[in-house]
Amino acid sequence: MLAYLIRRLSQALLVMAVMATIVFFGLYAVGNPVDLLINPEADLAEQEATIRRLGLDKPVHVQFGYFLGGLVQGDLGTSFVHNRPALELILSRLPATLELAFLGILIAIVLGIPLGMIAGLRPDAPSSKLIMAGSVIGFSTPNFWQGLMLIMLFAVFLGWLPAGGRGDTVDVLGIPVSFLTWDGLSHLILPAVNVAIFKMSLVIRLTRAGTSEVALQDYVKYARARGLSPTRVVGVHILKNILIPVVTVLGLETGNVIAFAVVTETVFAWPGIGKLLIDSIGLLDRPVVVAYLMLTVFLFVMINLVVDIAYSILDPRVRIRGAKA
Amino acid sequence: MSTPVLSVRGLTTTFDTRAGTVTAVDGVSFDVGPGEVLGVVGESGSGKTITGFSVLGLIDPPGKIAAGEVLLNGRDLRTLPEAEMHRLRGDRIAMIFQDPMMTLNPVLRIDTQMIETIRAHRDVSRARAREMAAEALALVGIPSPVERLRTYPHEMSGGMRQRVVIAIALMLEPDLIIADEPTTALDVTIQSQILSEMQRLLAQRNTALIWITHDLTVVAGLADRVAVMYAGRIVETGPVDDLLDRPAHPYTQGLIASIPSAVPRGTRLVPIRGMTPSLVNLPPGCAFAPRCPHASNTCRAARPDEQARGHGRALRCFHPLETTP
Repeated sequence: MLAYLIRRLSQALLVMAVMATIVFFGLYAVGNPVDLLINPEADLAEQEATIRRLGLDKPVHVQFGYFLGGLVQGDLGTSFVHNRPALELILSRLPATLELAFLGILIAIVLGIPLGMIAGLRPDAPSSKLIMAGSVIGFSTPNFWQGLMLIMLFAVFLGWLPAGGRGDTVDVLGIPVSFLTWDGLSHLILPAVNVAIFKMSLVIRLTRAGTSEVALQDYVKYARARGLSPTRVVGVHILKNILIPVVTVLGLETGNVIAFAVVTETVFAWPGIGKLLIDSIGLLDRPVVVAYLMLTVFLFVMINLVVDIAYSILDPRVRIRGAKA
Repeated sequence: MSTPVLSVRGLTTTFDTRAGTVTAVDGVSFDVGPGEVLGVVGESGSGKTITGFSVLGLIDPPGKIAAGEVLLNGRDLRTLPEAEMHRLRGDRIAMIFQDPMMTLNPVLRIDTQMIETIRAHRDVSRARAREMAAEALALVGIPSPVERLRTYPHEMSGGMRQRVVIAIALMLEPDLIIADEPTTALDVTIQSQILSEMQRLLAQRNTALIWITHDLTVVAGLADRVAVMYAGRIVETGPVDDLLDRPAHPYTQGLIASIPSAVPRGTRLVPIRGMTPSLVNLPPGCAFAPRCPHASNTCRAARPDEQARGHGRALRCFHPLETTP
């Protein structure tokens, strides 16, 4: 188990290093941030000073050397635009995104799995057809359009919920969270639903496919032949057997939401990291982009690790071994 | 004869398919007394498994029990509400399935599956249920039952798993056990171990047993009476030795003639010509007529009714074989 963890973490480090290198040189090739950052009206001396301060006067391999040097000391560089350490900038925005992502995923699980099981157990019932039709709409309409429709319906027509922004936050262990205040929660609901719709549709389809397959297995009939209650047959014997694909996809999707919730964050003016990334790319703010993507890779590796551990809990035939990949 | 534990009268189970209504079990009647072993013999698709599931009331749509009575100790199970059936299944009637690899839920430990069965029917503590489960495993000859309880099905061999399933069936001391080809998936040595184990356990408890199989040799060693099924109907019944020595139905004779060990060495085995008929378009007369060497025009025109023949024997045939005693 320990060997397994160490190997997974060193794989993560390798991927992070490769990716940081590619992104670093890639962004260098895209363009010169100086053109975007410096006030055109500033005089030449001022411009020179800024370029020197950002270290952009050096050749690219020297810049990369500085970057690596900083990395060893845990310094991912300082944002060209905000003049703050890149990591600090990202971490200050991360709680908002995490909150949004986790609530969205939670909604997707809590609604998606039961709905998918209903559809899988009674495939011909009208309710099941309605659920499946809903799921098709859920993942075939664009995310931004769903967001705009939610705003139109709940914020404009009904006026129940605010259209954007984050609302009041409360600090828990020094991290600002909004789900603990009513104002914060009301701001959180619409974007979270927006994030949830697509995932939920996916979960419904996976759960339905799994349920209709597992429901025909001998062990389900045998569970019924032993006189177990329908609740136990469905809630334990079927559910536990369909969770593996659901967990896999949800794991990947969680990473996706955290790293790339940019559409939802833009539509709802949610101050998360997705917006930060897009802004930073636009301004060629290289330290922020590199730090952001390194964090993303780390996050994905961690989520995959959690998913693998979840597999072994869900299915005893999957055992985590130190020797094999 | 003492009052039968199970008395089935005119049981008819149909399936509505695209191609029309299929009668998988057609007017089947039989009795099983306490401690009696009834062997139900037939080829694949003869309706023997569906008969077993019909007794338990475990027929899923599009199938339904169209007619008949299933009397367990005089109570008609078909009129019982579903909640009452849950209480009966696994408690008064236990079932053993064909494939031990598929019967136990792969993601739940043996103890989970045994304890849930006990606690579905008996108001006992978890600890007491665990003791009962360990006792049941010891009874069927599983070494170190307490440790075995903590394993998952995939950690056991096929024979071990089938022992576990038998232990679960016997655990609550049911009145009737329905065993659907429980030894077919096992190799011959394990098969005979399980058979003798079953005989020993049943003799102790006076439990009625329906043993569904396609294997006449197994029936010869185990059953008291035999019912031979063909195309959803019982074509011949009788005490096992008498029926096997003097088969009166050409189909029964054909089955016996196709067992390798029943004919002298060197003689050619005689297969039954043709194939089991499709239940969708059965011939108007005797279902076996197209394959029967003795079939006449009467056989092709009308279905033979059941005739009692003395010595507890009955058959459905216009031209019974006259075999000398």
